[in-house]
Amino acid sequence: MTPMIAPLLELQRVSFDYHGQRVLHELDFQVYPGERVALIGANGAGKTTLLHLLVGLKRPSAGQIIAFGRVRMCEADFYDVRARVGLLFQDADDQLFCPTALEDVAFGPLNLGRSPQQARADALATLETLGLREFAERVTYRLSAGEKRLVALATVLAMRPEVLLLDEPTTGLDDATAARLTAYLATLEQTMLLVSHDGPFLAQLATRAVRLAGGTVAH
Amino acid sequence: MTTTVPTPPATPLPPLRGADWLLAHDPRLRLLAAGLFALVVVSLNQLSSSGAALALALGLTVAARLDARALARRLLALTGFLLIMLLTLPFTTPGTSWFTLGSLSASTAGRDLALLILCKATAVMLTLTILVGTLDPLAFAQALGRLGVPHRLTQLLLLTIRQIHLIDAESIRLRQALRARAFVPRTDWQTWRTYGWLIGMLLVRSFARAERLLEAMRCRGFRGRFYRLDTPTWRTADSLAALGWLLLLGGLLWFDQHADVQALGAML
Ligand SMILES: Nc1ncnc2c1ncn2[C@@H]1O[C@H](COP(=O)(O)OP(=O)(O)O)[C@@H](O)[C@H]1O
Ligand SMILES: [Mg+2]
Repeated sequence: MTPMIAPLLELQRVSFDYHGQRVLHELDFQVYPGERVALIGANGAGKTTLLHLLVGLKRPSAGQIIAFGRVRMCEADFYDVRARVGLLFQDADDQLFCPTALEDVAFGPLNLGRSPQQARADALATLETLGLREFAERVTYRLSAGEKRLVALATVLAMRPEVLLLDEPTTGLDDATAARLTAYLATLEQTMLLVSHDGPFLAQLATRAVRLAGGTVAH
Repeated sequence: MTTTVPTPPATPLPPLRGADWLLAHDPRLRLLAAGLFALVVVSLNQLSSSGAALALALGLTVAARLDARALARRLLALTGFLLIMLLTLPFTTPGTSWFTLGSLSASTAGRDLALLILCKATAVMLTLTILVGTLDPLAFAQALGRLGVPHRLTQLLLLTIRQIHLIDAESIRLRQALRARAFVPRTDWQTWRTYGWLIGMLLVRSFARAERLLEAMRCRGFRGRFYRLDTPTWRTADSLAALGWLLLLGGLLWFDQHADVQALGAML
Protein backbone atom coordinates (compact mmCIF):
# COMPACT_ATOMS: atom_id res chain seq x y z
CA MET A 1 0.00 0.00 0.00
CA THR A 2 1.00 3.60 -0.40
CA PRO A 3 2.94 4.55 2.72
CA MET A 4 1.67 8.18 2.60
CA ILE A 5 -1.87 7.20 3.60
CA ALA A 6 -2.35 6.36 7.26
CA PRO A 7 -4.14 3.08 8.03
CA LEU A 8 -7.62 3.28 9.55
CA LEU A 9 -6.97 0.30 11.79
CA GLU A 10 -3.63 -1.12 12.75
CA LEU A 11 -2.24 -3.89 14.95
CA GLN A 12 1.42 -3.43 15.96
CA ARG A 13 3.25 -6.54 17.15
CA VAL A 14 0.08 -7.78 18.83
CA SER A 15 0.06 -11.03 20.77
CA PHE A 16 -2.96 -12.69 22.28
CA ASP A 17 -3.33 -15.72 24.56
CA TYR A 18 -6.30 -17.74 25.72
CA HIS A 19 -5.44 -19.17 29.12
CA GLY A 20 -1.76 -19.44 28.32
CA GLN A 21 -2.34 -20.79 24.83
CA ARG A 22 -0.93 -18.42 22.21
CA VAL A 23 -3.41 -17.54 19.46
CA LEU A 24 -1.74 -14.51 17.85
CA HIS A 25 2.00 -13.90 18.00
CA GLU A 26 3.57 -10.46 17.36
CA LEU A 27 1.15 -9.81 14.54
CA ASP A 28 1.41 -6.72 12.34
CA PHE A 29 -1.67 -5.87 10.36
CA GLN A 30 -3.16 -2.76 8.71
CA VAL A 31 -6.39 -1.82 7.03
CA TYR A 32 -6.23 1.26 4.76
CA PRO A 33 -9.13 3.50 3.69
CA GLY A 34 -11.19 2.08 0.84
CA GLU A 35 -9.72 -1.42 1.02
CA ARG A 36 -11.70 -4.64 1.18
CA VAL A 37 -9.30 -7.03 2.87
CA ALA A 38 -10.00 -10.76 2.86
CA LEU A 39 -8.84 -12.40 6.08
CA ILE A 40 -8.40 -16.11 5.52
CA GLY A 41 -6.98 -19.00 7.50
CA ALA A 42 -7.90 -22.39 8.89
CA ASN A 43 -10.50 -22.86 11.61
CA GLY A 44 -9.02 -21.71 14.89
CA ALA A 45 -6.34 -19.58 13.20
CA GLY A 46 -7.51 -16.55 15.19
CA LYS A 47 -9.56 -14.60 12.64
CA THR A 48 -12.49 -13.96 14.97
CA THR A 49 -10.03 -13.07 17.73
CA LEU A 50 -8.39 -10.49 15.48
CA LEU A 51 -11.73 -8.81 14.72
CA HIS A 52 -12.60 -8.71 18.41
CA LEU A 53 -9.24 -7.16 19.23
CA LEU A 54 -9.88 -4.38 16.70
CA VAL A 55 -13.06 -3.23 18.47
CA GLY A 56 -11.74 -3.74 21.99
CA LEU A 57 -13.78 -6.77 23.00
CA LYS A 58 -10.49 -8.48 23.84
CA ARG A 59 -7.27 -6.88 25.04
CA PRO A 60 -3.91 -7.93 23.61
CA SER A 61 -1.36 -9.49 25.96
CA ALA A 62 1.32 -7.48 24.14
CA GLY A 63 1.47 -4.90 21.36
CA GLN A 64 -0.65 -1.91 20.37
CA ILE A 65 -3.96 -1.29 18.67
CA ILE A 66 -4.22 1.94 16.70
CA ALA A 67 -7.56 3.06 15.34
CA PHE A 68 -8.18 6.26 13.38
CA GLY A 69 -4.72 7.54 14.26
CA ARG A 70 -4.91 7.03 18.02
CA VAL A 71 -3.57 4.31 20.30
CA ARG A 72 -6.48 2.56 22.02
CA MET A 73 -5.91 1.00 25.41
CA CYS A 74 -8.91 1.07 27.76
CA GLU A 75 -12.62 0.49 27.38
CA ALA A 76 -13.42 4.20 27.03
CA ASP A 77 -10.89 4.49 24.16
CA PHE A 78 -12.99 2.04 22.17
CA TYR A 79 -16.39 3.77 22.55
CA ASP A 80 -15.93 5.90 19.45
CA VAL A 81 -14.13 3.09 17.62
CA ARG A 82 -17.24 0.93 17.99
CA ALA A 83 -19.41 3.74 16.64
CA ARG A 84 -17.21 3.94 13.52
CA VAL A 85 -16.41 0.24 13.06
CA GLY A 86 -19.34 -2.14 12.66
CA LEU A 87 -18.74 -5.79 13.59
CA LEU A 88 -21.00 -8.51 12.21
CA PHE A 89 -20.76 -11.51 14.55
CA GLN A 90 -20.17 -15.03 13.34
CA ASP A 91 -23.44 -16.17 14.92
CA ALA A 92 -26.44 -13.91 14.35
CA ASP A 93 -28.15 -15.31 17.45
CA ASP A 94 -25.51 -13.52 19.51
CA GLN A 95 -26.38 -10.22 17.93
CA LEU A 96 -30.16 -10.08 17.99
CA PHE A 97 -31.94 -9.73 21.29
CA CYS A 98 -34.87 -7.36 20.87
CA PRO A 99 -38.44 -8.56 20.39
CA THR A 100 -38.74 -7.16 16.88
CA ALA A 101 -36.28 -6.65 14.06
CA LEU A 102 -37.08 -2.93 13.96
CA GLU A 103 -36.17 -2.44 17.62
CA ASP A 104 -33.03 -4.46 17.18
CA VAL A 105 -31.89 -2.37 14.23
CA ALA A 106 -32.73 0.85 16.08
CA PHE A 107 -30.80 -0.23 19.19
CA GLY A 108 -27.42 0.98 17.89
CA PRO A 109 -28.61 4.37 16.57
CA LEU A 110 -30.40 5.04 19.87
CA ASN A 111 -27.22 4.22 21.80
CA LEU A 112 -25.37 6.70 19.60
CA GLY A 113 -27.70 9.38 20.89
CA ARG A 114 -29.94 9.76 17.86
CA SER A 115 -33.53 10.76 18.60
CA PRO A 116 -36.20 8.03 18.54
CA GLN A 117 -37.69 9.48 15.34
CA GLN A 118 -34.29 9.57 13.67
CA ALA A 119 -33.43 6.06 14.90
CA ARG A 120 -36.72 4.69 13.61
CA ALA A 121 -36.20 6.35 10.22
CA ASP A 122 -32.63 5.00 10.04
CA ALA A 123 -33.74 1.51 11.00
CA LEU A 124 -36.55 1.43 8.48
CA ALA A 125 -34.35 2.80 5.71
CA THR A 126 -31.66 0.19 6.44
CA LEU A 127 -34.17 -2.64 6.46
CA GLU A 128 -35.59 -1.28 3.21
CA THR A 129 -32.25 -1.27 1.39
CA LEU A 130 -31.62 -4.86 2.47
CA GLY A 131 -35.07 -5.89 1.25
CA LEU A 132 -36.18 -6.65 4.78
CA ARG A 133 -38.95 -4.11 5.09
CA GLU A 134 -41.63 -6.73 5.79
CA PHE A 135 -39.54 -8.17 8.65
CA ALA A 136 -39.59 -4.95 10.67
CA GLU A 137 -42.31 -6.07 13.07
CA ARG A 138 -41.37 -9.76 13.07
CA VAL A 139 -40.05 -11.45 16.21
CA THR A 140 -36.33 -11.93 15.63
CA TYR A 141 -35.91 -15.40 17.09
CA ARG A 142 -38.52 -16.79 14.73
CA LEU A 143 -36.61 -15.72 11.61
CA SER A 144 -34.71 -18.25 9.51
CA ALA A 145 -30.90 -18.38 9.70
CA GLY A 146 -30.50 -16.36 6.49
CA GLU A 147 -33.01 -13.73 7.56
CA LYS A 148 -31.33 -13.46 10.94
CA ARG A 149 -27.97 -12.88 9.27
CA LEU A 150 -29.40 -10.09 7.11
CA VAL A 151 -31.16 -8.45 10.05
CA ALA A 152 -27.90 -8.67 12.02
CA LEU A 153 -26.16 -6.92 9.12
CA ALA A 154 -28.88 -4.26 9.21
CA THR A 155 -28.24 -3.68 12.92
CA VAL A 156 -24.62 -2.92 12.05
CA LEU A 157 -25.28 -0.80 8.95
CA ALA A 158 -27.90 1.34 10.68
CA MET A 159 -25.10 2.87 12.76
CA ARG A 160 -23.51 4.10 9.50
CA PRO A 161 -20.02 2.80 10.29
CA GLU A 162 -16.98 3.77 8.25
CA VAL A 163 -15.46 0.31 8.46
CA LEU A 164 -17.22 -3.05 8.34
CA LEU A 165 -15.79 -6.16 9.97
CA LEU A 166 -17.74 -9.15 8.68
CA ASP A 167 -17.18 -12.52 10.35
CA GLU A 168 -18.16 -15.27 7.89
CA PRO A 169 -21.16 -13.37 6.52
CA THR A 170 -22.19 -16.00 3.96
CA THR A 171 -21.88 -19.10 6.15
CA GLY A 172 -25.25 -20.80 6.46
CA LEU A 173 -26.87 -18.80 3.68
CA ASP A 174 -28.32 -20.45 0.59
CA ASP A 175 -26.76 -19.55 -2.77
CA ALA A 176 -29.41 -17.02 -3.74
CA THR A 177 -29.27 -15.17 -0.44
CA ALA A 178 -25.46 -15.25 -0.45
CA ALA A 179 -25.44 -13.78 -3.97
CA ARG A 180 -27.86 -11.06 -2.91
CA LEU A 181 -25.72 -10.21 0.09
CA THR A 182 -22.55 -10.14 -2.02
CA ALA A 183 -24.15 -7.88 -4.60
CA TYR A 184 -25.34 -5.55 -1.88
CA LEU A 185 -21.95 -5.37 -0.16
CA ALA A 186 -20.33 -4.58 -3.52
CA THR A 187 -22.40 -1.39 -3.70
CA LEU A 188 -21.16 -0.13 -0.32
CA GLU A 189 -18.18 2.17 -0.20
CA GLN A 190 -17.15 1.34 3.35
CA THR A 191 -13.74 -0.11 4.05
CA MET A 192 -14.18 -3.79 4.83
CA LEU A 193 -12.42 -6.65 6.53
CA LEU A 194 -13.95 -9.90 5.34
CA VAL A 195 -13.46 -13.19 7.16
CA SER A 196 -14.70 -15.96 4.93
CA HIS A 197 -14.09 -19.43 3.52
CA ASP A 198 -16.36 -18.62 0.58
CA GLY A 199 -14.12 -18.35 -2.53
CA PRO A 200 -16.60 -16.76 -4.96
CA PHE A 201 -17.67 -14.26 -2.30
CA LEU A 202 -14.09 -13.12 -1.68
CA ALA A 203 -13.20 -13.15 -5.38
CA GLN A 204 -16.03 -10.73 -6.06
CA LEU A 205 -15.36 -8.32 -3.22
CA ALA A 206 -11.83 -8.44 -1.87
CA THR A 207 -9.07 -6.10 -3.04
CA ARG A 208 -6.34 -8.07 -1.26
CA ALA A 209 -6.02 -11.12 0.96
CA VAL A 210 -4.20 -11.77 4.21
CA ARG A 211 -3.67 -15.31 5.48
CA LEU A 212 -3.40 -16.05 9.18
CA ALA A 213 -1.33 -19.09 10.12
CA GLY A 214 0.65 -19.94 13.22
CA GLY A 215 -0.51 -16.75 14.91
CA THR A 216 0.98 -14.40 12.33
CA VAL A 217 0.42 -13.20 8.79
CA ALA A 218 1.66 -15.85 6.37
CA HIS A 219 3.19 -14.73 3.10
CA MET B 1 -19.11 -24.89 15.21
CA THR B 2 -21.56 -22.40 13.72
CA THR B 3 -25.24 -22.94 14.22
CA THR B 4 -26.26 -23.84 10.72
CA VAL B 5 -28.42 -26.53 12.28
CA PRO B 6 -31.98 -25.23 12.02
CA THR B 7 -32.89 -23.99 15.45
CA PRO B 8 -36.05 -25.69 16.64
CA PRO B 9 -38.92 -23.20 16.95
CA ALA B 10 -38.72 -23.38 20.69
CA THR B 11 -41.16 -20.95 22.20
CA PRO B 12 -42.43 -22.46 25.40
CA LEU B 13 -45.14 -19.84 25.68
CA PRO B 14 -46.38 -17.64 22.86
CA PRO B 15 -46.61 -13.94 23.75
CA LEU B 16 -49.96 -12.76 25.09
CA ARG B 17 -51.66 -9.85 23.40
CA GLY B 18 -54.17 -7.79 25.28
CA ALA B 19 -57.08 -5.71 24.06
CA ASP B 20 -56.22 -2.33 22.55
CA TRP B 21 -57.48 -0.33 25.54
CA LEU B 22 -55.03 -2.28 27.71
CA LEU B 23 -52.08 -1.70 25.38
CA ALA B 24 -52.90 2.01 25.28
CA HIS B 25 -52.14 2.43 28.96
CA ASP B 26 -48.69 3.36 30.21
CA PRO B 27 -46.75 0.23 31.26
CA ARG B 28 -45.86 1.98 34.51
CA LEU B 29 -49.56 2.24 35.36
CA ARG B 30 -50.04 -1.44 34.60
CA LEU B 31 -47.10 -2.44 36.81
CA LEU B 32 -48.24 -0.25 39.70
CA ALA B 33 -51.87 -1.34 39.39
CA ALA B 34 -50.90 -5.01 39.43
CA GLY B 35 -48.50 -4.56 42.35
CA LEU B 36 -51.01 -2.60 44.42
CA PHE B 37 -53.76 -5.07 43.67
CA ALA B 38 -51.55 -7.94 44.85
CA LEU B 39 -50.74 -6.09 48.09
CA VAL B 40 -54.38 -5.32 48.81
CA VAL B 41 -55.61 -8.81 47.99
CA VAL B 42 -52.95 -10.45 50.15
CA SER B 43 -54.10 -8.34 53.09
CA LEU B 44 -57.77 -9.35 52.75
CA ASN B 45 -59.14 -11.55 55.58
CA GLN B 46 -62.72 -12.25 54.55
CA LEU B 47 -63.93 -14.79 52.07
CA SER B 48 -66.55 -12.34 50.76
CA SER B 49 -64.05 -9.58 49.98
CA SER B 50 -61.65 -12.09 48.45
CA GLY B 51 -64.50 -13.33 46.30
CA ALA B 52 -65.15 -9.74 45.23
CA ALA B 53 -61.47 -9.37 44.33
CA LEU B 54 -61.70 -12.51 42.23
CA ALA B 55 -64.82 -11.14 40.54
CA LEU B 56 -62.91 -7.94 39.77
CA ALA B 57 -60.05 -9.96 38.30
CA LEU B 58 -62.46 -12.04 36.23
CA GLY B 59 -64.12 -8.87 34.95
CA LEU B 60 -60.70 -7.59 33.93
CA THR B 61 -59.97 -10.89 32.20
CA VAL B 62 -63.13 -10.69 30.15
CA ALA B 63 -62.45 -7.05 29.25
CA ALA B 64 -58.84 -7.80 28.26
CA ARG B 65 -60.05 -10.31 25.64
CA LEU B 66 -56.96 -12.52 25.82
CA ASP B 67 -56.57 -15.65 23.80
CA ALA B 68 -58.29 -18.12 26.13
CA ARG B 69 -56.00 -21.04 25.33
CA ALA B 70 -52.82 -19.06 25.84
CA LEU B 71 -54.16 -17.77 29.15
CA ALA B 72 -55.16 -21.26 30.27
CA ARG B 73 -51.68 -22.60 29.54
CA ARG B 74 -50.15 -19.93 31.72
CA LEU B 75 -52.52 -20.51 34.62
CA LEU B 76 -52.23 -24.28 34.49
CA ALA B 77 -48.96 -24.44 36.40
CA LEU B 78 -50.37 -22.49 39.33
CA THR B 79 -53.66 -24.36 39.28
CA GLY B 80 -51.96 -27.73 39.66
CA PHE B 81 -50.23 -26.57 42.81
CA LEU B 82 -53.41 -24.99 44.16
CA LEU B 83 -55.42 -28.13 43.58
CA ILE B 84 -53.16 -30.22 45.78
CA MET B 85 -53.42 -27.64 48.53
CA LEU B 86 -57.20 -27.34 48.17
CA LEU B 87 -57.61 -31.07 48.54
CA THR B 88 -55.36 -31.41 51.58
CA LEU B 89 -56.15 -28.26 53.58
CA PRO B 90 -59.60 -29.32 54.91
CA PHE B 91 -58.06 -32.50 56.30
CA THR B 92 -55.03 -30.89 57.87
CA THR B 93 -56.73 -27.90 59.53
CA PRO B 94 -58.27 -28.59 62.95
CA GLY B 95 -61.84 -27.35 63.67
CA THR B 96 -65.47 -28.37 63.59
CA SER B 97 -66.08 -31.34 61.34
CA TRP B 98 -67.43 -30.76 57.84
CA PHE B 99 -67.51 -34.39 56.67
CA THR B 100 -65.50 -37.54 57.29
CA LEU B 101 -63.81 -39.78 54.80
CA GLY B 102 -62.93 -43.08 56.47
CA SER B 103 -60.66 -42.16 59.34
CA LEU B 104 -60.01 -38.65 57.91
CA SER B 105 -62.07 -35.71 59.05
CA ALA B 106 -62.42 -32.51 57.03
CA SER B 107 -62.99 -29.26 58.92
CA THR B 108 -65.10 -26.28 57.87
CA ALA B 109 -62.28 -23.96 58.93
CA GLY B 110 -59.97 -25.80 56.54
CA ARG B 111 -62.54 -25.56 53.77
CA ASP B 112 -62.91 -21.81 54.26
CA LEU B 113 -59.17 -21.36 54.38
CA ALA B 114 -58.77 -23.30 51.14
CA LEU B 115 -61.46 -21.22 49.43
CA LEU B 116 -59.88 -18.00 50.71
CA ILE B 117 -56.49 -18.97 49.32
CA LEU B 118 -58.03 -20.09 46.03
CA CYS B 119 -59.80 -16.75 45.56
CA LYS B 120 -56.77 -14.66 46.48
CA ALA B 121 -54.23 -16.62 44.44
CA THR B 122 -56.39 -16.78 41.35
CA ALA B 123 -57.26 -13.10 41.55
CA VAL B 124 -53.61 -12.02 41.87
CA MET B 125 -52.44 -14.43 39.19
CA LEU B 126 -55.08 -13.27 36.72
CA THR B 127 -54.40 -9.56 37.25
CA LEU B 128 -50.65 -10.06 36.99
CA THR B 129 -51.00 -12.05 33.80
CA ILE B 130 -53.31 -9.50 32.24
CA LEU B 131 -51.62 -6.28 33.31
CA VAL B 132 -47.97 -7.36 33.32
CA GLY B 133 -47.93 -10.57 31.26
CA THR B 134 -49.06 -8.70 28.17
CA LEU B 135 -46.06 -6.35 28.28
CA ASP B 136 -43.19 -7.29 25.99
CA PRO B 137 -39.89 -7.80 27.83
CA LEU B 138 -38.34 -4.54 26.66
CA ALA B 139 -41.38 -2.49 27.64
CA PHE B 140 -41.40 -4.26 31.01
CA ALA B 141 -37.72 -3.53 31.63
CA GLN B 142 -38.10 0.07 30.50
CA ALA B 143 -41.12 0.64 32.76
CA LEU B 144 -39.27 -0.85 35.73
CA GLY B 145 -36.32 1.43 35.00
CA ARG B 146 -38.57 4.47 34.86
CA LEU B 147 -40.10 3.47 38.19
CA GLY B 148 -36.67 3.68 39.76
CA VAL B 149 -35.51 0.05 39.60
CA PRO B 150 -31.68 0.04 39.17
CA HIS B 151 -30.41 -0.44 35.61
CA ARG B 152 -28.43 -3.50 36.60
CA LEU B 153 -31.56 -5.31 37.67
CA THR B 154 -33.56 -4.41 34.57
CA GLN B 155 -30.62 -5.53 32.42
CA LEU B 156 -30.45 -8.81 34.28
CA LEU B 157 -34.14 -9.31 33.75
CA LEU B 158 -34.06 -8.50 30.06
CA LEU B 159 -31.12 -10.75 29.29
CA THR B 160 -32.64 -13.53 31.37
CA ILE B 161 -35.81 -13.38 29.32
CA ARG B 162 -33.78 -13.55 26.12
CA GLN B 163 -31.54 -16.31 27.47
CA ILE B 164 -34.35 -18.60 28.57
CA HIS B 165 -35.35 -19.10 24.97
CA LEU B 166 -31.76 -19.68 23.86
CA ILE B 167 -31.07 -22.12 26.69
CA ASP B 168 -34.23 -23.99 25.78
CA ALA B 169 -33.17 -24.18 22.12
CA GLU B 170 -29.70 -25.29 23.22
CA SER B 171 -31.12 -28.00 25.47
CA ILE B 172 -33.33 -29.32 22.66
CA ARG B 173 -30.29 -29.47 20.38
CA LEU B 174 -28.20 -31.29 22.98
CA ARG B 175 -30.96 -33.81 23.70
CA GLN B 176 -31.38 -34.41 19.97
CA ALA B 177 -27.65 -35.11 19.78
CA LEU B 178 -28.02 -37.62 22.61
CA ARG B 179 -30.92 -39.38 20.97
CA ALA B 180 -29.18 -39.42 17.62
CA ARG B 181 -26.59 -41.60 19.32
CA ALA B 182 -29.23 -43.97 20.68
CA PHE B 183 -29.31 -42.63 24.21
CA VAL B 184 -32.24 -44.01 26.19
CA PRO B 185 -32.73 -42.73 29.74
CA ARG B 186 -32.57 -45.49 32.36
CA THR B 187 -32.11 -45.44 36.09
CA ASP B 188 -28.46 -46.38 35.94
CA TRP B 189 -25.19 -44.68 36.62
CA GLN B 190 -24.53 -43.99 32.92
CA THR B 191 -27.82 -42.09 32.58
CA TRP B 192 -27.18 -39.90 35.60
CA ARG B 193 -23.66 -39.14 34.43
CA THR B 194 -24.96 -38.23 30.98
CA TYR B 195 -27.55 -35.89 32.48
CA GLY B 196 -24.82 -34.34 34.59
CA TRP B 197 -22.79 -33.63 31.47
CA LEU B 198 -25.85 -32.31 29.70
CA ILE B 199 -26.61 -29.80 32.44
CA GLY B 200 -22.96 -28.83 32.79
CA MET B 201 -22.67 -28.32 29.04
CA LEU B 202 -25.85 -26.27 29.04
CA LEU B 203 -24.53 -23.97 31.77
CA VAL B 204 -21.16 -23.47 30.10
CA ARG B 205 -22.71 -22.80 26.71
CA SER B 206 -25.30 -20.42 28.11
CA PHE B 207 -22.63 -18.51 29.96
CA ALA B 208 -20.50 -18.19 26.83
CA ARG B 209 -23.51 -17.10 24.83
CA ALA B 210 -24.49 -14.47 27.38
CA GLU B 211 -20.98 -13.09 27.17
CA ARG B 212 -21.10 -12.90 23.38
CA LEU B 213 -24.50 -11.24 23.52
CA LEU B 214 -23.19 -8.56 25.85
CA GLU B 215 -20.14 -8.10 23.60
CA ALA B 216 -22.40 -7.61 20.60
CA MET B 217 -24.39 -5.05 22.55
CA ARG B 218 -21.24 -3.19 23.53
CA CYS B 219 -20.25 -3.14 19.85
CA ARG B 220 -23.44 -1.28 19.16
CA GLY B 221 -22.67 1.39 21.70
CA PHE B 222 -24.42 -0.14 24.70
CA ARG B 223 -23.16 1.32 27.99
CA GLY B 224 -25.69 0.04 30.49
CA ARG B 225 -28.71 2.14 29.59
CA PHE B 226 -31.61 1.09 27.42
CA TYR B 227 -33.15 3.59 25.06
CA ARG B 228 -36.33 2.69 23.25
CA LEU B 229 -38.05 3.78 20.08
CA ASP B 230 -41.27 4.48 21.86
CA THR B 231 -41.22 5.99 25.29
CA PRO B 232 -44.82 5.84 26.47
CA THR B 233 -46.11 9.04 27.99
CA TRP B 234 -48.43 9.25 30.97
CA ARG B 235 -51.76 10.58 29.75
CA THR B 236 -54.95 11.83 31.39
CA ALA B 237 -56.58 8.49 30.64
CA ASP B 238 -53.86 6.84 32.73
CA SER B 239 -54.53 9.17 35.66
CA LEU B 240 -58.25 8.47 35.41
CA ALA B 241 -57.68 4.74 35.25
CA ALA B 242 -55.33 4.99 38.24
CA LEU B 243 -58.00 6.89 40.19
CA GLY B 244 -60.68 4.36 39.32
CA TRP B 245 -58.41 1.49 40.30
CA LEU B 246 -57.56 3.12 43.64
CA LEU B 247 -61.27 3.58 44.37
CA LEU B 248 -61.96 -0.08 43.59
CA LEU B 249 -59.09 -1.21 45.81
CA GLY B 250 -60.25 1.13 48.58
CA GLY B 251 -63.70 -0.38 48.22
CA LEU B 252 -62.26 -3.86 48.57
CA LEU B 253 -60.44 -2.90 51.77
CA TRP B 254 -63.54 -1.24 53.19
CA PHE B 255 -65.65 -4.27 52.32
CA ASP B 256 -63.09 -6.49 54.01
CA GLN B 257 -63.32 -4.45 57.23
CA HIS B 258 -67.09 -4.26 57.32
CA ALA B 259 -68.17 -7.55 55.78
CA ASP B 260 -70.75 -9.05 58.10
CA VAL B 261 -69.84 -12.50 59.30
CA GLN B 262 -73.50 -13.52 59.38
CA ALA B 263 -74.14 -12.37 55.84
CA LEU B 264 -71.09 -14.32 54.81
CA GLY B 265 -72.53 -17.43 56.39
CA ALA B 266 -75.80 -16.89 54.54
CA MET B 267 -73.97 -16.47 51.26
CA LEU B 268 -72.29 -19.84 51.50
N1 LIG C 1 -13.46 -18.50 24.62
C1 LIG C 1 -12.33 -19.16 24.29
N2 LIG C 1 -11.62 -19.77 25.25
C2 LIG C 1 -10.47 -20.42 24.97
N3 LIG C 1 -9.96 -20.53 23.74
C3 LIG C 1 -10.63 -19.96 22.73
C4 LIG C 1 -11.84 -19.23 22.95
N4 LIG C 1 -12.28 -18.76 21.77
C5 LIG C 1 -11.38 -19.15 20.86
N5 LIG C 1 -10.38 -19.87 21.42
C6 LIG C 1 -9.23 -20.44 20.74
O1 LIG C 1 -8.58 -19.41 20.04
C7 LIG C 1 -8.18 -19.85 18.78
C8 LIG C 1 -8.65 -18.88 17.72
O2 LIG C 1 -10.04 -18.86 17.71
P1 LIG C 1 -10.85 -17.97 16.66
O3 LIG C 1 -10.32 -16.60 16.68
O4 LIG C 1 -12.30 -18.13 16.98
O5 LIG C 1 -10.51 -18.69 15.28
P2 LIG C 1 -11.18 -18.54 13.85
O6 LIG C 1 -12.19 -17.47 13.91
O7 LIG C 1 -10.03 -18.21 12.94
O8 LIG C 1 -11.75 -19.86 13.51
C9 LIG C 1 -8.72 -21.25 18.60
O9 LIG C 1 -7.64 -22.16 18.72
C10 LIG C 1 -9.68 -21.44 19.72
O10 LIG C 1 -9.56 -22.74 20.21
MG1 LIG D 1 -14.21 -17.47 13.67
